Amino acid sequence: MTSHVLSQLRSLEAESIHIFREVVAEMQRPCLLFSGGKDSIVMLHLAAKAFAPARIPFPIMHVDTGLNFPSVLATRDRWVERLGIQLVVASVPEAIERGLVQEEPNGSRNRIQTPVLLEAAEKNGFDALFGGGRRDEEKARAKERVFSFRDDFGQWDPKNQRPEIWDLYNGRVHQGESIRVFPLSNWTELDIWAYIEAEDIDLPDLYFAAEREVVDRGGMLFAVNEFTPLKDGETAEVRSVRYRTVGDANLTAAVASTAATRAEIVEEVAAVRLTERGATRGDDKVSEAAMEDRKREGYF
Amino acid sequence: MTTETLTETASQAIDTSADLLRFATAGSVDDGKSTLIGRLLFDSKTIFEDQLESVEQVSKDRGNDYTDLALLTDGLRAEREQGITIDVAYRYFATPKRKFIIADTPGHIQYTRNMVTGASTADVAIILVDARKGVIEQSRRHTFLATLLGVPHIVVCVNKMDLVDYSEEVFEGIRRDFTDFASRLRVPDLTFIPISALVGDNVVNRSENTPWFDGRPLLSHLESLHVASDRNLQDVRFPVQYVIRPQSHDARDYRGYAGTVAGGVLKKGDKVRVLPSGLETTIEGIDTADGPVNEAFPPMSVTVRLADDIDISRGDMICRPNNSPAALQDIDAQICWMDETAPLVQGKKYAIKHTTRWARAMVKDVKYRVDVNTLHRDEDATEIRLNEIGRIQLRVTQPLFVDPYRQNRRTGAFILVDEATNKTVAAGMVGTLPHTA
Repeated sequence: MTSHVLSQLRSLEAESIHIFREVVAEMQRPCLLFSGGKDSIVMLHLAAKAFAPARIPFPIMHVDTGLNFPSVLATRDRWVERLGIQLVVASVPEAIERGLVQEEPNGSRNRIQTPVLLEAAEKNGFDALFGGGRRDEEKARAKERVFSFRDDFGQWDPKNQRPEIWDLYNGRVHQGESIRVFPLSNWTELDIWAYIEAEDIDLPDLYFAAEREVVDRGGMLFAVNEFTPLKDGETAEVRSVRYRTVGDANLTAAVASTAATRAEIVEEVAAVRLTERGATRGDDKVSEAAMEDRKREGYF
Repeated sequence: MTTETLTETASQAIDTSADLLRFATAGSVDDGKSTLIGRLLFDSKTIFEDQLESVEQVSKDRGNDYTDLALLTDGLRAEREQGITIDVAYRYFATPKRKFIIADTPGHIQYTRNMVTGASTADVAIILVDARKGVIEQSRRHTFLATLLGVPHIVVCVNKMDLVDYSEEVFEGIRRDFTDFASRLRVPDLTFIPISALVGDNVVNRSENTPWFDGRPLLSHLESLHVASDRNLQDVRFPVQYVIRPQSHDARDYRGYAGTVAGGVLKKGDKVRVLPSGLETTIEGIDTADGPVNEAFPPMSVTVRLADDIDISRGDMICRPNNSPAALQDIDAQICWMDETAPLVQGKKYAIKHTTRWARAMVKDVKYRVDVNTLHRDEDATEIRLNEIGRIQLRVTQPLFVDPYRQNRRTGAFILVDEATNKTVAAGMVGTLPHTA
C-alpha cells in the first residue's frame, strides 16, 4: 500500500463510482437501465458500491422486450431482491398491443424498444439514465461522452456534444431534456470479465459454457428453444456453447466455448479475435452506421 | 504470435498489479498518427478480425491501395464521409504491464478544444514530428497545449525515419530545435524517439535501423514511465461529493462523506480541517464497499467518517489544518474557450464548476490572448473566441478552494457553463495565487 499506485481495475472502479455519485448529487431523478446482461449487472454492482452502506438511491428500469431468456429474468429478480431496489418494467409487448410501436417484419424488437424506453423515461420524469455502454464496443460509442446530452426527443447529436474536461461533468439540462450517463465508458470487455472474476459477480448462467442444443445458421449458433425453434430442414446438435452477450432470445447467438468458470472466460476473452457484437448480434450487422443511427433516435 | 504466447500475455494483462496510463495523441491525417495508433493496437492484438475486415472492405470499396487504419477510429458518419477526424476518440489496449487509454484527437487548429479535452486527463502526450518536415507550427501548438494542461510527460516521436535513411543527424537536428522551443515552456519530462510507424521501427520493437539510438522503443517507454508520483501526494485535498446517510435500521447512525481523493494521502486518525467552516476534527475511518482502509490516495473513491458531528455538505473541502487550499473569490486563470456560438466577453456571467462546487462567476478582465502558434500575447484583446487560449480574471459569488493548476490538476481546474444554453464553454486552469491567500 505504500507505493500509492492503484491497479487498473481499481482505477476504473473509482472512476465509475465517482460518476454515480456525481449524477446522484446533481440530477433530480436518475434511473439505471438494466438489461440483465453482464455490463448492466457490473454497473449495478458498482452503483451498490458507490452508496454503501446505504441503498442505491434510484430505481432501475428494465425495457422488457418479451423476448428474454428466462435465466436473465431470474438473475434480474435476484439482484432486485438482494439490493432492495425499486424495479420499473417498461413492456414492449404491451406497447405493441396499444399501438405505440409495431412489430418489425424480421421479428427484431431492438429498434422498437427505443420509443418504449423514451415513453417510460418521460412518464417517470427521469432526467438521467445510466447505461452500460462501453467505448470499446463500437466506433460511434468511442466518441460518446460519459455524460451524453439528449434533447427533449431523447435524440443524440454527435456534432453537438458537450466538451468533457477532467472529471468535471456538466449535467445541467432544461426542462424535458435529459442526459444518458455511461459509467463503464472506459472499460473493455476484458476489464468487465476480469472484474466479474475478481468480485465474483452473479450473472445469468447463459454466460457460462454448457452442453446446449443449438442450430448453426450461417456460422451463428442459435439455441433451440421457444424463441428460436428449428426451421424446416434444419437439424439441431448438442454442443458446448456460451453467450457473450444476452440480447433478445430470438436474435442472440451463442459461441462455441468450453469456458465454464469466470476465470476460464477471462482467458477466453483475452485470446478471442472477434468483437462481441460482431460475433453474436445479428442486429448490428445491418450497416456500418447502424449504431450511430439508432443512437440518434434515442437508443443507448 | 502463437496462441500459447497470447494466452500467457492475457493472463498477465489482467493481473491486478497492472496500472492505468492515459495518453493523448494529436495530429492530422498525414503525419502518421493513425498509422501509429493502428500499429500499437495491431501489435498488441487489440484490433479484432471483424474490425479489420470491415476496414479492409471499406478501403477496397473506395479504391484505396492500402488499408486505411484511420477508419478504425473515425467512427462518425460525417468523419467517414469527409475523411477527417472531428472529435476525441478513446481507444484501449493492454499489455502485461499496463492498461492504456488513448485519447486520439485531431490536430488541426480548429479542433484545439478537442485536444485540450484529450490532454486534460493525460499522463503522457505523444507529439508526432515528420522527420522530413522537422518542428512545424503544429508541433509547437500541440506541445504548448500539452504543457498548458499540465501533462507531465511528453514523448516526441520523430516519425517517417525510413524516409530520411534513418539519419542520426536529422533526428538530432529535430531534437535540438524542439528542445530549444520547449525551453520556453514548462516541460517536466521530455523524451525523443526515432520511429517509423509504417514499418514499425522503435514502436513496439527496437529497430536495427537506428543502432545510434540508445533509448527504448515507444511501447516499452510507455510501459515503464512512473506516473503515480505525478499526482500530488503531499497536499491532502478531499472535495466532498456526496453525503451518505443510510435511512435504514442497521446503519441508522452512519454519516459518511463520499468523494474522490484529489490530492495527498488521507489516513485514519489524521487531524483534518473542513472548508469553508474551518472546523477541525479527526478522520475516524475511511470506508469502501469492501471494508475500511487505512489510507486513501488519488484517484481513489472512498467515504470518510469524521470523529465530530459537524455540518458538512457537497462542495466542502477536507484538508489538513496546516495545509489548506486558498479560499478565493477573485481568480486568475488561463482558459481555453470552447463555444462556437459566442466568444467570452468581459463583464459576462457564467456558471462555474470547481471540484464538486458550483457557483457563478463574472469575467472581470481579459488580460491577454495567446497565439497558440507563436505564443505571442495580445494584451489588447477584449474577448476570447472558439479554440483560443487566454488569461482572465474572474470574480466568483462564493469562495472556491483552489490550488494553482501547476500544483494540482484537480483542485486547480474548473469549467465555465453558459447559463442560457447549459453548454460547457471553457476549460479553466488556476494561475498564480495572491500572496495574501
